[in-house]
Amino acid sequence: MPLCGQKSSVCCAVLSVWGGIQLGITGALIYTGSPAFIEDIPLAENANWSPQEWETNLHAGYQQSALNCWIAALLYLVTFCVSTHQYWANYNTGDQFKATQF
Amino acid sequence: MDLEMTEVAFFNGTGNCCSDMGTLFKSELMSRCQLYLPPEAAYNCVAELGELGLAQFVDLNPDVSAFQRQFVGEVKRCEEMERTLRYVETEIVKEKVGIADESETSIPAPAPREMVELEASLTTMENNLREVNINYVALRKNHLELSELKNMLRKTEVFLSENQLNLQELDENTRLLDDASEREKDIEDQAYSSMKFNITGGVIDRARLLAFERMLWRVSKGNVFLKVAEIDEQMEDPGSGDVLNKAVFIIFFQGEALRSRVKKICEGFHASVYPCPDSGVERREMLCGVDTRLSDLSTVLTQTTEHRHRLLVAAAATLRSSYVKVRKMKAVYHVLNMFSQRDGGRVLIGEAWLPTADIPDIRAAVNTGAQTAGATIPPTIEKVHTTEQHPTFNRTNKYTGGFQSLVDAYGVNTYREVNPSVYTIATFPFLFAVMFGDAGHGAIMLTATLWMIIKEKSLESKRNISEIFNIFFGGRYIVFLMSIFSIYTGLIYNDIFSKSFNIFGSHWSSKQMSFVATNSTPLSLGMSYMLDPKDNNSYHSEPYPFGVDPVWQSATNKIGFLNTYKMKISLIFGVIHMSFGVMLSLWNKISKKLYHQIFLEFIPQIVFLLGIFGYLVTMIFIKWVMYGANKADPFSEHCAPNLLITFINMMLMKKADVDIKMDKCHTSLNYEIDMYPGQQELQKMLLLIGVLMVPIMLLGKPLFIMYRRRQARARYDSLRDELLEPQQEEGGPVEEDFGEIMINQGIHTIEYVLGSVSHTASYLRLWALSLAHAQLSEVLWSMVMRIALASFKGYAGAIALYLIFAFWCMLTISILCLMEGLSAFLHTLRLHWVEFQSKFYEGAGYLFMPFSFRESLKQAAEDDKEVLKTIAK
Repeated sequence: MPLCGQKSSVCCAVLSVWGGIQLGITGALIYTGSPAFIEDIPLAENANWSPQEWETNLHAGYQQSALNCWIAALLYLVTFCVSTHQYWANYNTGDQFKATQF
Repeated sequence: MDLEMTEVAFFNGTGNCCSDMGTLFKSELMSRCQLYLPPEAAYNCVAELGELGLAQFVDLNPDVSAFQRQFVGEVKRCEEMERTLRYVETEIVKEKVGIADESETSIPAPAPREMVELEASLTTMENNLREVNINYVALRKNHLELSELKNMLRKTEVFLSENQLNLQELDENTRLLDDASEREKDIEDQAYSSMKFNITGGVIDRARLLAFERMLWRVSKGNVFLKVAEIDEQMEDPGSGDVLNKAVFIIFFQGEALRSRVKKICEGFHASVYPCPDSGVERREMLCGVDTRLSDLSTVLTQTTEHRHRLLVAAAATLRSSYVKVRKMKAVYHVLNMFSQRDGGRVLIGEAWLPTADIPDIRAAVNTGAQTAGATIPPTIEKVHTTEQHPTFNRTNKYTGGFQSLVDAYGVNTYREVNPSVYTIATFPFLFAVMFGDAGHGAIMLTATLWMIIKEKSLESKRNISEIFNIFFGGRYIVFLMSIFSIYTGLIYNDIFSKSFNIFGSHWSSKQMSFVATNSTPLSLGMSYMLDPKDNNSYHSEPYPFGVDPVWQSATNKIGFLNTYKMKISLIFGVIHMSFGVMLSLWNKISKKLYHQIFLEFIPQIVFLLGIFGYLVTMIFIKWVMYGANKADPFSEHCAPNLLITFINMMLMKKADVDIKMDKCHTSLNYEIDMYPGQQELQKMLLLIGVLMVPIMLLGKPLFIMYRRRQARARYDSLRDELLEPQQEEGGPVEEDFGEIMINQGIHTIEYVLGSVSHTASYLRLWALSLAHAQLSEVLWSMVMRIALASFKGYAGAIALYLIFAFWCMLTISILCLMEGLSAFLHTLRLHWVEFQSKFYEGAGYLFMPFSFRESLKQAAEDDKEVLKTIAK
């Protein structure tokens, strides 16, 4: 059952919590079009667009980034569940192992 | 038992009520006391003092070697018991039996009479264990021999039975094996007997087989036949437990002469030879016998192992408490060895340093000890006057202990000197936070330290913590404060993982911004537009309410703007910190009653520092307040004078260069840009006063000392004339000392004057590190996260983000939190140790190391860990 040790499962769990929270918040902020993330959106550089095209592409870029953030946050939620499960698995076999030793 | 930080006003036996309270401000009042203890109660009294942990005993017999001391016999017995315990512990660890962990503080030091019982039980335990071990080894050896014999019999059975089958058809005379019974029959038939083969069977190490064979061949000139079969079964050497690979050999030879040679060779190669009976029947009988003996032996072996295990489990149950008892006893006897005996052995006298505030507690403890021992004479504690330097005792608890150890690492504060650790509790995390300045990283540090603080009790009792983790764990309260302050400065710098939060709405607006695209210059990302703060449409004429305006993260001149701000606040903090240090030296001088030094050292120092660098700080504030972009000339932003140039011109008494562009900015008729009327005159006066302070600092104190000495000598001379006593002493030494005083004072003055310039500039590291941290954090985001967010098309970005975010986390923690954190910690420490403490700190004390069971047990546990490490290898 246990694929990774106890320490690495705790590490992964902590990382997943951090990732879930931070990516969730970042996704929400990007969705609302925060200018702090202007350089963090996929946008073609040096494209000759008219102002309207600029606007639509900008909005599309923001949406895309926000969605990516949320999907990654969900993936981290899954990772969190997996690593908690690993932690429990390690906890149980660990105890059994101690009981038979001597 | 934590020593809580108490404020004890003492109304004790000395009768005076001091206004000094037991706080962290200064080190505690210490008194040197003599303890008079009746010999029968001495052990108990010292044990009680050990539990209390407040007395530092002074060795009254420093010239006596360790072997001549009074209680050396008891110490030897204790060490013998400790050795026994260690042996038992080694055995227990080898057998992997769990040792019960008892809480060590609840076991009191045993009375001297208990020592005999403890000794006896420990000796019996050790003897039992040794006996069992010896028996076990002997049994294993026997077992090994029998298994070798069994194997040998089995294998030779195979060889010889092949030959037997052939022999059925053969004639008696041509039988290969030389039967002993046949030998008598054929004694006349010498010719035949020489044709018959003798066999020698045995077992040898596989490694030596080749050499053995060769040797046999050479010695017998090829006249022996060796047949070898390997033993598959793994056997263990009884002593060391190594695995042995052996092989069975059987040698066929003719004649008696070869027999002795073969035997010698076998002995030489450490081959165990076993008698191999010639007839098959005998062999089979022997095999049966060996089998039964082997099974008996196995039963005995298992029983021995079980018995040994039971012994070890019983020992393990009381191991820790026995250790504690023995160690406490040994510690008490070590202390008793420091006492001196007087009055024909009727009283033991010891000397110790005691904190004056705790003397009532100590008296009570000693009396309890005497009562337990049933002594008729009550013990007494008497204060003794001494000129030796008193030890420094700062009463700390788990919160303040970390800061005190930071200060002590540089130098323990002199007895009754101002203790800088109180102020360090606030200034250290603050200066750290100015350099660290990121709310996100501060939040990471906060979660880590909160975990350590919440899990404090369980982490403290764990025995196998690594060194590095121990360091972090010891400083958890320091790091906790550092992280809280970092979150605060992160919010002020508006920097969370290199992004700014717009909480209140930016006070700059982009209504005015318009980008016009033409055919030759199409619109693209990266075009910039300048917002002028004079313009009401660009800047609401009031600043952002808390922290740096979030618009700056999109500004290309962000670094230029923040640089001047951070440099100026670094200087402000630096001058405040240093002046505070000089103020603390005032307190030191008052408490030592060196009032002349206040006028000859303190006042010149503070006037110099504030007059020159304090003036610089004042100029910073004036410039911030008076000049602004929204003000008209001559207070507009391009009229604001460069403070550095102004300061340099002030020091060099230079006139400013003429600048046509600043035509409208002049407020007076000369070409200086004055911030306020009379600036030039004030600056000249301040410079003059500062320069005048230097000779006062240099010559003041030595001249005063010289004057005092002359007065004293004059008085002494007049006295001497009256008393008519010839004494010639002070002539030479005083003159030499004076030279030394001058040199010392010269060094101090130069250090101070030059130091104030260099230390003020040194505080600019506050700016430098915060800039570095902000840039690192920004680079990390733009080089790592941006790839995930901006360079992937469509939903592939989500997977990339998932993986790259983990990488970004690792880099954030390792580089930005750990590396930058350690770097900022180090720089803050340097600022405290060098720039702050050099203004007032003497740091020539020594620590108060009380006799405490808790400390000695902790030390012994550390030593145990080292020993166990060597055993485990």
